Amino acid sequence: MPTVDAESTPPAGAIRGLARILPFAGRDVYGLIAGMAISLISSALALGIPIALEALVDGPLRGDDPTLVWPAVGLIALLGLFEALFIYLRRVAVLTPGTRIDSRIRNAIYDHLQNLPVAFHDKWQSGQLLSRAHTDVGLMRRWLSYGAVMLVGNSIAIVLGIAILFTWSPILAILFLICSIPMFVFGSRFRNRFTGLSRAAQDQWGDVATSVEESVHGIRVLRSFGRGNDSLSRFAERATHGRNLEVAKGNARATLGFWLEWIPDFALAACLLVGVWLASQGDLTTGQLFAFFATAAVLAGPIESVGYLLALTLEAQSGLDRIFDIFDRDNTITSPAAPIVPKTSAGSLVFEDVHYRHEGGDGDVRDVLNGVSLEILPGETMAVVGATGSGKTVLTALPARLYDVTGGRILLDRVDVRDLSLDTLRTRIAMAFEDATLFSDTVRNNVLLGRHDLVDAPASESDAVLAQALSIAEAEFVYDLPDGVDTMIGEQGLSLSGGQRQRLALARAIAAAPEVLVLDDPLSALDVETEARVEAALRKVLSTTTALVVAHRPSTVMLADRVALLDNGRIAAVGTHSELLATSATYRHLISSLSDEPIDVDDEGVSHEHDRSCG
Amino acid sequence: MSTTGVAGEDRQDFTTRENKAIRVRSIALLRVLVRPHRVRFGWTAIMIVASTAAQVAGPLLIAWGIDIGLPAAVDDGNFAPILTIVVAFLATGISAAGFLAAYTRWSIAISQDILGELRRRIFEHTQRLSLEFHERYTSGRIIARQTSDIDTLGELLSGGLSNLVAGLLFLVFTAVALVSIDPPSGVALAVALIPIVAVTWWFSNASRREFRASRIYSTRLIIQFVESMAGIRAVKSFRREPVDRAAYAAKVEDYREATRRTIHVFGIYDPALKVIGTLTVAAVLLFGSFRVIDGTLEVGALLAVVLYTRRFFGPIEDLAMFYNSFQSASSALEKISGFLEERPSVVEPANPAPFEASRGDIVATDVAFAYSAGNPVLPKFSLSIAGGQTVALVGATGAGKSTLAKLIARFYDPTDGVMTLDGRNLTTIGDVDFRRAVTLVTQEAYLFSGSIADNIRLGKTDATDDEVMAAARAVGAHDFITALPDGYDTDVNKRGSRISAGQRQLVSFCRAFIANPRVLILDEATASLDIPSERLIQSALQKLLKDRTAIIIAHRLSTVAIADRVLVIDGGRIVEDGPTAELLKGSGRFATLHRAWRDSLA
Repeated sequence: MPTVDAESTPPAGAIRGLARILPFAGRDVYGLIAGMAISLISSALALGIPIALEALVDGPLRGDDPTLVWPAVGLIALLGLFEALFIYLRRVAVLTPGTRIDSRIRNAIYDHLQNLPVAFHDKWQSGQLLSRAHTDVGLMRRWLSYGAVMLVGNSIAIVLGIAILFTWSPILAILFLICSIPMFVFGSRFRNRFTGLSRAAQDQWGDVATSVEESVHGIRVLRSFGRGNDSLSRFAERATHGRNLEVAKGNARATLGFWLEWIPDFALAACLLVGVWLASQGDLTTGQLFAFFATAAVLAGPIESVGYLLALTLEAQSGLDRIFDIFDRDNTITSPAAPIVPKTSAGSLVFEDVHYRHEGGDGDVRDVLNGVSLEILPGETMAVVGATGSGKTVLTALPARLYDVTGGRILLDRVDVRDLSLDTLRTRIAMAFEDATLFSDTVRNNVLLGRHDLVDAPASESDAVLAQALSIAEAEFVYDLPDGVDTMIGEQGLSLSGGQRQRLALARAIAAAPEVLVLDDPLSALDVETEARVEAALRKVLSTTTALVVAHRPSTVMLADRVALLDNGRIAAVGTHSELLATSATYRHLISSLSDEPIDVDDEGVSHEHDRSCG
Repeated sequence: MSTTGVAGEDRQDFTTRENKAIRVRSIALLRVLVRPHRVRFGWTAIMIVASTAAQVAGPLLIAWGIDIGLPAAVDDGNFAPILTIVVAFLATGISAAGFLAAYTRWSIAISQDILGELRRRIFEHTQRLSLEFHERYTSGRIIARQTSDIDTLGELLSGGLSNLVAGLLFLVFTAVALVSIDPPSGVALAVALIPIVAVTWWFSNASRREFRASRIYSTRLIIQFVESMAGIRAVKSFRREPVDRAAYAAKVEDYREATRRTIHVFGIYDPALKVIGTLTVAAVLLFGSFRVIDGTLEVGALLAVVLYTRRFFGPIEDLAMFYNSFQSASSALEKISGFLEERPSVVEPANPAPFEASRGDIVATDVAFAYSAGNPVLPKFSLSIAGGQTVALVGATGAGKSTLAKLIARFYDPTDGVMTLDGRNLTTIGDVDFRRAVTLVTQEAYLFSGSIADNIRLGKTDATDDEVMAAARAVGAHDFITALPDGYDTDVNKRGSRISAGQRQLVSFCRAFIANPRVLILDEATASLDIPSERLIQSALQKLLKDRTAIIIAHRLSTVAIADRVLVIDGGRIVEDGPTAELLKGSGRFATLHRAWRDSLA
């Protein structure tokens, strides 16, 4: 199963991780710092309570002045109330900043993912992406607004508390410290083990999310073959692996928890023994001993919490690594720094010795496109014909820079497409794909997707564009939908048939009114009658628009002025349909109908007509 | 409005009755999930009790150390009592830590097993639910159920459950210890419970609403994320990025605000408990101090009382944390239990008699189909397809061809009438047997991550390499597969992006070929193929279909040419039915269509 382990960056340290968040924090970092400071104050207040207790025990309780009980207890109550107030203030201080940083990172990941080239998305399943953009970000937020704040606050509280222990009894405090040393050993051992486990578990859950996604998107296939149970057992296998990693994480935490619980107890026992001995020697008062243990009791909370906070920190850190795995992917397809603003807009499209090789392809694999040279004149319609898998789809994706050429160049009106801004380029080139992607939006918004200029235009104008595009693509069926062109379609709306989706995708490309129209087998799901009507209408559009059309059928080829034959990654021949039929055996093989096929159905009419038709 | 199943998933407010119904189904689900683990749960609880008891003993021993050990050592130079106490303290310490580590392990294992079972159930249920359901419930929602909802529940189970048990026990033990040392202080504690209950009641109501909102917004976020990543090509080519970005940012902001509110509610609850705790400690201390001065209470006992009272509020905060994650998890559980409550409209029979297709006769008797009442897609019709026949379904887009195919493949059940295969009503055949007999190949040829060979094996899981290759050869896919970098072992990556649409269809044909079903239904399964590939498929089909029943839907009439019989469908009705050759000679719809197709070849 493909995981992305091999591509991960080495884990960064907590400090470096934190530093990488800073750009997303902006001024909200002050809120977090304020939170840490406030958490320190509330811990200090908690530590003040034992001091007041000591005063109480060694003062009024010895019978000095019973009336002093009131102010002493009042002080203790006040300290507690302030502690509660500061806990509230800490939460308020980090609340909004924490969630705002979380939002910024979410948005930044989304933006970055949208900008990353299609080649990146080909390799990364969206389950993995989702687990990073959602789960890991959530983890990071909890760490920022709780873990980091508490870790800083508690660490300082522990230091402060130990300092106070020193004021009660240096000997006991030193004893307490020495006894606590093993905690650091176990802490760092835990850290080493947990970091690896946490990363592995997060990656595993990403794969599990991918399994879920595939099982839903491929449900029709699984259903037809009755493979639900097999996919379930594959899923269960992945999930069980994830479970085992979580259990291993839990065991590591349990082991650390054992030491964090036991070592302070051991230290306290030693302190109790030595403390009593010191008191028996007259070196310590009862009140001091009392206060020492009361302070140590306040310290127990922060010390125990270190285990949980450490685990949270390590998880957040590996989550952060996974998030930055994405940020570290460079967007290789970007607008140039100084884009050329084209003067002419005739719409000529030229491929010059274009090569394309899939990213990560081995040396011995030949380029998918291996020196394609092709010139499409302004207003001309060029059909591309080639065997299944000959690279037609890649060829159509190159002009709009969904992929970048790995050699050679593509010129739009004599300008390299890489010298145009992406926005200009993709405004001038519109595409319709064979597997038509519609978005969860209204029909209108789906069709007018490429017309950003119509957003503020009067309704009449956009209605006209919409109506025309729908009519050319024979997609008038949308007017019969429950809410007409305002019906919600896409995954979250009404589900349409393959043919209907394809026609809307075609309407979308037409509505964009581009100079260059790229159509990848745009009519494959249409029935013959509809196809004929669409073609008739499309012909009018194509008479003025430069077009590159991938064709599998003679009927589609008939839309084109010229045909390019793609074979072995090169353009083998260019000419009109009849020229190619006459000169190229490969072309005849690819495009002529099924005449040479032995037909079981003994219908002479059919075979006869076939023979005639491919002339 | 209904709250059954996934209905009401996007609502935040429910009536008391609806709330109760939702709660009942969530708790019922939780109970079912927990039941198999109740023995382990029992042991875990015992370990928690042991660990907590040992922890509670700590302050008591320190109090004894000061009250008994200290005077003995100071006054008599007798160190025996303090040594005994220290040894006892060490013993309780190590057992507290040991049991703590043990129950942590156990409770994590239990909670992970529960989560695993829930994941499995959701996955299985997803596969069981009818396509009709999937057409309206987006994939993003199911992914949200399986990821963020499960995660939320995981937080409760892994941390919260031991928090709950330990917290409650700690509470009881502490109260008992406190009362045994100093009964009057116990009264203060009892009084403190009143405001605690009041604050908790407020929190419960406020947080439920906020957590529900947070679940809803998180689901919306996931839906858009999945949709735009899956459609990234279209997003890029039509420059939808700014629109999507704005929409996503708005959803992120909704989610942020919901999250902020959930945290804020807890941010009030937590310090409120602290205030109650502080006031109680102060009261106990004040009262205790005067009794120490009176000489009715030992100083050590006062320390223990103060420590216990403080400790009493520690677990209350733990319980608050538990309650917080419980509220969050229960809104996730609401969604999950609702999803699991959905009943598939196509139901597998309970105890199906074994079935093996013999001839492959398909008969539809008075069958009608409608997605919603009064809106028939297929009005009442009857149809009989003899075993071994190859039938072509012809008609315009949206005429109902695919619906008919899906009825035969039992993706839907008819609203009226009966469909039979070899005389058996489809609804009485077990799914495994049925799928072995009937296979539907659609235009959308989905490839799963894994190798090409894995994808072909989907048709027959135990197929040998030779069988896989033979299937690929038969449908003409062998050449392109061997040309791939790793041949049959090539990873298809996400959604088979490197594999072209035509190649995907070839792989999908390999699956059908290797599955070798009695009845094969092809729904536009050749639309993306180029002519040479289609030609190969045609000849493969002729061999393949010779001894089985086949239903072919194709816009290309070339595919229709291999059919024995043609059904022309228009507006959900079968308007022409007859042998291919006969219909061609006539002047009906099929003859007209055929002429149009012939012309298109020009």
